Amino acid sequence: MVSERKIRVLIAKPGLDSHDRGAKIVARALRDAGMEVIYTGLRQTPEQIVETVLQEDVDVLGLSILSGAHMTLFPRIMELMKKNGLTDVLVFAGGIIPEEDMPKLKKLGIKEIFGPGTPLETIIDFVRKNAPRRM
Amino acid sequence: MTSTLKQLACSILTGDRRSIARAITLIENNGEKARKLVAFLYPHTGKAHIIGVTGPGGSGKSTLIEKLVSEFRRRGKTVGVVATDPSSPFTGGAFLGDRIRMQRLATDEDVFIRSMATRNVPGGIAKATKDAVTVLDAAGKDIIIVETVGAGQAEVDIIKVAHTIVVVFAPGLGDEIQAIKAGIMEIADIFVVNKADLENADKAVIDIKASLELNTQGKAWKPPVLKTVALTGEGIEQLINEILQHKAFLEKGAGVHKRRKKVETELVEAIKEKVANLIVENLKKEKAFEKLVEEILNRKIDPYSAASKLIAELTSSWKGD
Amino acid sequence: MFKKEKLEEIAENEERWKQTTLPKWLSTRPERKPVFKNTSDFEIKRVYTPLDVANLDYIRDLGFPGEYPFTRGVHATMYRGRLWTMRQFSGFGTAEQTNRRFKYLLKEGETGLSIAFDYPTIMGYDSDHPIAKGEVGRCGVAVSSLKDMEVLFDGIPLDKVTTSMTINGPAAMLLAMYVAVGDKQAVPREKLGGTTQNDMLKEFFAQKLCIFPPRPSVKLVTDIIEYCARYLPKWNPISISGYHIREAGANAVQELAFTLYDGITYVESTLERGLKVDDFAPRLSFFFASHNDFFEEIAKFRAARRLWAKIMKERFHAKNPRSLWMRMHVQTSGCTLTAQQPLNNIIRVTIQALAAVLGGTQSLHTNSFDEALALPSELAVRVALRTQQIIAHESGVADTIDPLAGSYYVEALTNEMEEKAMEYIQKIDDMGGIYAAIEKGFFQREIANSAYRYQTEIERKERIIVGVNEYKVEEEETETIPILRIDPKVEEEQIIRLQKLRRERDNRKVKQVLEKLHYAAEKNENLMPIIIEAVKAYATLGEICDVLRAIYGEYKELVII
Repeated sequence: MVSERKIRVLIAKPGLDSHDRGAKIVARALRDAGMEVIYTGLRQTPEQIVETVLQEDVDVLGLSILSGAHMTLFPRIMELMKKNGLTDVLVFAGGIIPEEDMPKLKKLGIKEIFGPGTPLETIIDFVRKNAPRRM
Repeated sequence: MTSTLKQLACSILTGDRRSIARAITLIENNGEKARKLVAFLYPHTGKAHIIGVTGPGGSGKSTLIEKLVSEFRRRGKTVGVVATDPSSPFTGGAFLGDRIRMQRLATDEDVFIRSMATRNVPGGIAKATKDAVTVLDAAGKDIIIVETVGAGQAEVDIIKVAHTIVVVFAPGLGDEIQAIKAGIMEIADIFVVNKADLENADKAVIDIKASLELNTQGKAWKPPVLKTVALTGEGIEQLINEILQHKAFLEKGAGVHKRRKKVETELVEAIKEKVANLIVENLKKEKAFEKLVEEILNRKIDPYSAASKLIAELTSSWKGD
Repeated sequence: MFKKEKLEEIAENEERWKQTTLPKWLSTRPERKPVFKNTSDFEIKRVYTPLDVANLDYIRDLGFPGEYPFTRGVHATMYRGRLWTMRQFSGFGTAEQTNRRFKYLLKEGETGLSIAFDYPTIMGYDSDHPIAKGEVGRCGVAVSSLKDMEVLFDGIPLDKVTTSMTINGPAAMLLAMYVAVGDKQAVPREKLGGTTQNDMLKEFFAQKLCIFPPRPSVKLVTDIIEYCARYLPKWNPISISGYHIREAGANAVQELAFTLYDGITYVESTLERGLKVDDFAPRLSFFFASHNDFFEEIAKFRAARRLWAKIMKERFHAKNPRSLWMRMHVQTSGCTLTAQQPLNNIIRVTIQALAAVLGGTQSLHTNSFDEALALPSELAVRVALRTQQIIAHESGVADTIDPLAGSYYVEALTNEMEEKAMEYIQKIDDMGGIYAAIEKGFFQREIANSAYRYQTEIERKERIIVGVNEYKVEEEETETIPILRIDPKVEEEQIIRLQKLRRERDNRKVKQVLEKLHYAAEKNENLMPIIIEAVKAYATLGEICDVLRAIYGEYKELVII
């Protein structure tokens, strides 16, 4: 099937955090912007998330977390991404992440972090501009 | 075939998950390379049993599939799942929501799950699904499950790739029989009434059986109607046993004949597609083509008569030489 | 309430006003929007008159405080007799740290305790479970055993305070621990006062902190209601919650309707046990959010009281007046607070708190201004508490009961709230009740759609959020606001403590009581007594929950985006 190539996005909720209002809204917005979106549902381990990235061969991974556990979970996720050769995937994050943690997370390879109040347009533009052009 | 493509193909044969994933992406996006890859892999297929699972939204298919996969795993089988969802005709985007119910299986190395959007290309997803199944088959999966929402013609075409087609209903979703295009009811091999703990489950079973009475007279395989409660796992073993029975049926007598017919149909479809494209390509180059387009625009002739004219010239030229 | 002739006169005059005075204004100063709506999608009129409440009957629709239909309040003296309880939801880190925060808040004048537990605890996992990695003590206090509970209440006499525990899946276990601490302090069980949130239905479509599937979850909820009806007469076994439903994205009328329907379901499930409605209904309590639309919230609270009273009277035939009371706790809305210009949140919380007070709440939590950044710092939580105290002591609003009664707008809005909520309730009844509606994804769809709509309004600037899509500043002052950080050592300490506990307790006894629990659960008995026994033997939270997980299975949510 030769169709127009679509940006495939995985929206993931790592850890025990159960706040999914934002993740679901972003998923819907990206879909309405013409992308193919997979949402993992709640309570995903880093292993589950990275394996899903691999099998679904997504271009983009969005991580949503509001529980404060990001400094444990994100490094683990990025480590597994590297181990599985998935470093070309665009990774961004959202939720409650203190500004002082952002530089460390960016160093791990998380390209951008969108805090509360970020307009959906900003996220959509960011993904469109930065999703890897593969093949 | 390029060496990278060859490498990819060989990698798939070893069951490498990354390669399987990349191959399916190729199939979704690149016609030429995908053709070559699938051609290379085809001789290595034929081992997998392909199960199609379809039914109206809300019938609990994904939960049912998760239980099926778990049970197959328990029996030592490796499994691939291809889950399809519709793309929006307006935005082109899609929410691929089947995987959520199966996430528990994400870290089982012998389960591969892939979500595909229909992408609004007529016939496109059916072909892509078929090719994705080929990849998974070549990668060594014992069981491949294809999931669709049985809502339209595209979905009927997708599910035809399967050896065993399971249609899943749930009570209270409305008129069960009308809920699915007639096409699916006719090709189904097994019927399941899921959420059988709800009221009206027995009535749904009776309704389906009644409708089947009329349609399966004289057929070699009589589709059973089963009850399941996917959430608890009730009825899953029985479902698997029926699937295995159907597999055994396919491997002998009437089943073999059915398989042969299917392959013939596939070949004919492939020929049709190639021939149609070939002829159209050539006709478009004729001067007569442009002229006829003008005449249609000026309402001097209708498109069908114009087509007949073009074909007549072509076939007469065959006879001529 | 109004004479027919007077109403006609007003109608004529309104018509005249529309024809003469109004047009001039509309042409020189067009209104800011073509239509004004609140979150419930009710159209807000330009001006309300007696015509909008023409059918209002004071005795039938409002009544006096403390009397049916309780629109004006559940108590006859309300805040003149006793101010609402100032109960700040708190918890983080270890039990010692939270114990210190409790003592700080009590010293600063809060009048009730409210515990926030961490995610592993809420999900029924011990702090040393692999899934708890990185999460221990981050969003609340870690409680893995009775030992932690004892530390949590060290120096806090349970006969002098009331405690609200925001716990749902493992509510029975945490309540059991509280009872055990009370026993140790020699406080008679009949004197223990407080609340367990214990509302599983809303978890399935809003807060999503479910361990077991719906029916076993409701069974456990009902176990607690039944147990408290018999043995803990001062304990509110349940706080039927709309807060989470609202925060997940529902609008005000959905919050109201879905909460009431959950309440209806719990009453039914308890009646099925053979209890009489008046045996337990007086102790059912409620929990709502308070959002920014001031009058919409006030109308919601008043409509809630009236509607619940009617439901208890007409649907369940309760006879005891106390069964008809809707006692509520309110928390100001977390999701309306912004990370941008955080000090603005103090104003938002003030408006929301004021609405709750004018709405007649029994208990109130005010959010801290750093809500969108981290858990509350001491400074921020102090300001939040002071907000309540200033409203109580300096504003005068607590000096009379239900001051907004009679406002044409407020009464019209209250009526509309009640009407629209009833429509939802009827709809869910028609759908086959709560389990059918959850399975069909009804609540999830309504909530997802409201949430998306709200966000779209913000994106289009149809809804202004100060500091976020308007009145922004270049330099945010977030760097200057002290943020609470959870020390990762908390997790290490908890793990060590747990390992020590498991070594030092009588493991044989633990094994025995867990087996006993297993059999009782299989036989579908009320599990509270055995769970109390288990926590006293220092079985851990995770161990107890695992027994039940094995029997009830775990829940997978239905996702609707």
